[in-house]
Amino acid sequence: MSEIVIAGIGQTSVGEHWDISLRELAFHAVQAAMRDAEGLQPQALYVGNMLAPNLSRQAHLGVLLADFCGLKGIEAATLEAGGASGGAALRQGYLAVASGYVQTALVVGVEKFTDQIGSEIDSAMATITDSDFEAVQGLTPTAQAALLMRRYMHEFDVPNGGFSGFALNAHAHAVGNKSAMFQKLIKLETYQNADVVSDPLNIFDIAPFADGAAAVLITRTDLLPPNFPHPLVRIAGSASATDTLALHDRHDPLWFQSADLSAARALQQAGIQVHDLSLFEYYDAYSIYAALSLEACHLAERGQGWRFDLDASRMPCATMGGLKARGNPGGASGVYQAVEATLQLRGSAGVLQVSQAKYALIQCLGGPASTAVSHVLQRLN
Amino acid sequence: MEIPRHWRLKQQRYGLVGEICPHCEARIFPPRDVCPECGGEAKTAFAFSGRGEVYSHTTIYQAPSGYDDTAPYTVALVKLAEGPVVTAQLTDLGTQPVEIGMPVEMVTRRLRSDGDERGILVYGYKFRPVLK
Repeated sequence: MSEIVIAGIGQTSVGEHWDISLRELAFHAVQAAMRDAEGLQPQALYVGNMLAPNLSRQAHLGVLLADFCGLKGIEAATLEAGGASGGAALRQGYLAVASGYVQTALVVGVEKFTDQIGSEIDSAMATITDSDFEAVQGLTPTAQAALLMRRYMHEFDVPNGGFSGFALNAHAHAVGNKSAMFQKLIKLETYQNADVVSDPLNIFDIAPFADGAAAVLITRTDLLPPNFPHPLVRIAGSASATDTLALHDRHDPLWFQSADLSAARALQQAGIQVHDLSLFEYYDAYSIYAALSLEACHLAERGQGWRFDLDASRMPCATMGGLKARGNPGGASGVYQAVEATLQLRGSAGVLQVSQAKYALIQCLGGPASTAVSHVLQRLN
Repeated sequence: MEIPRHWRLKQQRYGLVGEICPHCEARIFPPRDVCPECGGEAKTAFAFSGRGEVYSHTTIYQAPSGYDDTAPYTVALVKLAEGPVVTAQLTDLGTQPVEIGMPVEMVTRRLRSDGDERGILVYGYKFRPVLK
């Protein structure tokens, strides 16, 4: 039987690429992915992007990138779902190939933050909240996370500094990732003494927004060139789910229901349980989101997700640095997760290799899990 | 300029006018026409009392454009006495520390300004500590 696989991967480093434009950034990732896939040609291009119309005054990214990447003529469009845009594009690529109407799909996630500076970036970020009833009050996504973190600490008696494990883990892993923004360890005291950004969130609870692009080519095993050089990574499960857009509209804001739903559906499609996973690339745009994602995916008990560093038997997470230390390239994040999980499942993760990696769950969130997109990737033997 | 989208919401911004569901009597804010509790159609207007309590809060130092001249400011999730939760700035705090559970009441204040003298000023609800 033919399987749907990730045949090629590419990524740029994540950081402040002042000298590289949106289109060039995407092209670098696409070029790397197409080389990696031994020249497979896509018939469709799906772009994951969150803010280009705001940050770069550029919409219509599908044709922009198809044209610039030398793929003129193919089908191309953008998928936007806030921070989950990359996951949404990945799912679109998967659905297109699964439908049989597209043989090979190219998915590229790209975000170009440094086309703006200062309060314009916060303004653009606020557009992923409810404009009429959240952003109008001056709320930002970072403040949303702070509101959740304060309430969580209140309800579950979390001490100050209780969320340190997420940043420490992320930075420890990013040391081995040449594409990461912060390839540097941090100490517990660094976390404990960090400046507060939006109380109780400190600077190490927040993944830094940065430029980046990542790309994958999705195809069927029967279309692969002979002597294909890479171990095969199958997309075993793919699901997306929504919650309310506005945080205030939820009965239980501390439960990421869309993360629960999308992970459960993806795991069910893959035919595995959560404890069969070898690794989990969670969406740690904020440390509180990582904690709530662990709980929503049933990898931690309710109210216990923050005890990340205390659990010796825990699953490997943010294995290449996560958003916190690899950097948060907005709508490209979900595609970075796919590239990183593919490296792990191919056994090509170098010093960061998770031993015997067979199944990976990758999950990206738009806002406070207003949207959640989950994929299960599997190493085929 | 985005006058229509603010003008359209004047009843909500100035009067906290939401809806009451004719089927299950749920109070709804902001209005959404389909009851989030029972799924029935809900278009009956309902004015909220403006009383509530702080569910969570934080301070924003790095504000979006249009809000930078009032930063730092405090935003909160306010649980209204009738049930729904709204996102709103807290105001008139003085030196009073904000705490979860603190009783607050709605007032009308300037929310944002578009900068130059031709830019619009957007007014709407904020919440202040209940006056004793």
